[in-house]
Amino acid sequence: MSAAITNILVCGIGGQGVMTATEILAEAALSLGFDVKKTEVAGMSQRGGVVTSHLRFGERVRSPQIAPGEADLLVGFEAAEALRWVHMLRPGASVLANTGRIVPPIVNGGRFDYPDDPIAAIAALGRTVHAIDASTIARELGEIRLGNTVMLGAVVDHLPLPADVLEAAVLERFARRKPHLLDLNREAFTRGRRASARTSAA
Amino acid sequence: MSARHPAPAHSRQFLSGNEAVARAAWDAGVRVAAAYPGTPSTEILEVLARYPDLYTEWSVNEKVSLEVALGASMMGARALCAMKHVGLNVASDALMTLTVTGVEGGLVIVVADDVGMSSSQNEQDSRFWGRFAHLPVLEPADSQEAYALTRAAFAISEQFRSAVIVRLTTRICHVKGLVTPGERELVEPRGFDKDPARWVMVPGHAKPRLPLMFEREAALREAAEASMFNVLEGGTDTELGFVTSGPAGMHVLEAFPDAPVLRLGFSYPPPLERIRALASSVKRLVVVEETEPLLETELKAAGIACHGKDILPRLGELAPDVLKPAIERLRRGEPLPRAEPAAPQTVFPRPPTLCVACPHLGVYYTLSQLRNVLISGDIGCYTLGAGHPWNALDTCISMGASMGMALGMDKGRGEKDANKKIVAVIGDSTFMHMGMQGLLDITWNRGNVTILLLDNRAVGMTGGQDNPGSGRDIHGEETARVDFAKLCEALGVRRERIRKVDPYELPTLFKALREETRIEEPSVIITDRPCVLIGDYRPTPAYRVIDDKCTGCGNCIDVGCPAIHVTRREQATKPSGKVVDLAFVRIDTAACTGCGLCVQPCAPEAIVHARTVQPLSFVPRPGSAA
Repeated sequence: MSAAITNILVCGIGGQGVMTATEILAEAALSLGFDVKKTEVAGMSQRGGVVTSHLRFGERVRSPQIAPGEADLLVGFEAAEALRWVHMLRPGASVLANTGRIVPPIVNGGRFDYPDDPIAAIAALGRTVHAIDASTIARELGEIRLGNTVMLGAVVDHLPLPADVLEAAVLERFARRKPHLLDLNREAFTRGRRASARTSAA
Repeated sequence: MSARHPAPAHSRQFLSGNEAVARAAWDAGVRVAAAYPGTPSTEILEVLARYPDLYTEWSVNEKVSLEVALGASMMGARALCAMKHVGLNVASDALMTLTVTGVEGGLVIVVADDVGMSSSQNEQDSRFWGRFAHLPVLEPADSQEAYALTRAAFAISEQFRSAVIVRLTTRICHVKGLVTPGERELVEPRGFDKDPARWVMVPGHAKPRLPLMFEREAALREAAEASMFNVLEGGTDTELGFVTSGPAGMHVLEAFPDAPVLRLGFSYPPPLERIRALASSVKRLVVVEETEPLLETELKAAGIACHGKDILPRLGELAPDVLKPAIERLRRGEPLPRAEPAAPQTVFPRPPTLCVACPHLGVYYTLSQLRNVLISGDIGCYTLGAGHPWNALDTCISMGASMGMALGMDKGRGEKDANKKIVAVIGDSTFMHMGMQGLLDITWNRGNVTILLLDNRAVGMTGGQDNPGSGRDIHGEETARVDFAKLCEALGVRRERIRKVDPYELPTLFKALREETRIEEPSVIITDRPCVLIGDYRPTPAYRVIDDKCTGCGNCIDVGCPAIHVTRREQATKPSGKVVDLAFVRIDTAACTGCGLCVQPCAPEAIVHARTVQPLSFVPRPGSAA
């Protein structure tokens, strides 16, 4: 039964748009007629804490939670967060991670170390990792908050969903809420998709 | 805020449990809805407030919200109040007597338990209140059920003239799933019937009503037995059967598709005969309930053999990854292990932080510089002051507790603490929720406490909702605004002992705290800068660090602002021979909004205004539209 369900885990930190990105992925799955459940624990996480968002879709979805070892894809909006959640993946599943880092006060205060190279650490765990510098791409486009759309573009070819369906879900949201940002988001989506294709080929 | 046109009936909506409850309440023709914000229940009223044709309010606390809803019900109107689990503790005084009066218009109390404790001070099981107050409890398992059960709750409430508790958990409130709303009902209030024997609860009136309450409970028991919301699902393998409620029901169906599963949507009073029938058809019955063994205890008392907390944890969520190994152990006859081995921690912890430029940063930086103080804390964002790098909060128990506890610390101190200064820290909303009475107790009983009243004009932790201190109602419209200085004076603090201080002016704040803690009477220091997440906040130009001037002293890091980052660490030997750790920094100018707190402890004046803003952060600036 669970074999027919796709499990996507999106992680990052509060304020990055993890929940919004997962919402858009959910809308794409809904538009294809799947049963969909999406869950996260918010609350204090909006204060710079850890955020994970679980997305499950298929014929019929009951439990909203992805069990450890059962995620089909891990999308990390922050490098160390991607490393934190690798254990959630099923054997053979891969990671799509932003190389951008957000270093919390607890690390700046010298109490803990940030991993030297989280992406390499994920690879060392035997995982295929597609690393995208979404923050830099967004900066080049002149709007740091486009990082979210860059990540969605990067993820599109790693999902069991047609690419145009996800792109339509992203653009539809902006067409509705922020039409002046539509072209910029289309560009961000394409740049993310291209960057991801490069890392997959490498 | 203008009323949003709701999506049409019978359309497929992707809604969270909270959104589904709100939609159901609106469709049920609710006339009055009230709540105090609290994770994970907050969005229920936020969503309802955007619907047309009903009255909604943020109340000052949960007890008041329940009383508002009860008043509306007495008028014959349908009413709802929503709260987090600890909110019902506050509202319980009203609860325990409204069960004696009963209700007129349908009254639904939605209570959201924080199972798994994402944002609460404890994990408690609100299903107890149904048992305690003899009220029916409904437990949805997903968004569609949250919709259906909330609508049913109003009908049950009016049929039995009883308030109904809808128990949610975080995993209902914050899970999105498909919901198909039905048609809206229009319910006209029947009007208030003057009936002192029913509405005026004095002993002579209440006593004859107690048997009615028990008769009602017996009738509800029969209704639960017949309820379409108690449904047998799953497979036909009779090796194991499950009885369950809430989100755990979905986990059971997913983890054990072959087993028969009786899911209780109408879970109290428990449909014992339905459960007995299942028990007699399976070899072993397992009760899967979050969090306390309530149903399990009741089944055992009724002579129905079952497993429950002998094989399952008493805390946290009962997700498939918890259930599967537990059932496997039961099949093999192994006992419950004492504690699960912790997952290997490969990455640093990332606890929640105060925001960039948060006015509380100045308060906690200052408190962390004071010696010989005991700091009685309270509930809100500012509870984070207990953590790194400030370590400047010594207690946190319940809403408003900082006041009474500070007084108790003052009166209870012995020789060992004779020289300690007692400081209480409380936010504006928490003060109005349940702190005012404590302050009155301090002044009345001559307590020696310095109170820091952090007025940021919002309920910050739950997303910046308005409160009486903001002067705006739930719709953002202007209304009466509390003057905290006058309020504290009215509560007995002498006018000379009430100061307003800008929390971004560290020397002023430090001086005020030092002076007031030396004076042996109650004093109140009010900080008056808005939460950075609300519209009142105005960002100012960002700062940057001049690399050549930074000496690596690390003073700015002690402020605790998330926009300050270490670029490199070194060790240096002082002339005295002492080795010190140096940390050189940069400021994330894209995140910085120029509060200037880090500038003040920087001795070499290495922090200056940034001329050009270079976006380096993936995190939105405070005050920018998300």
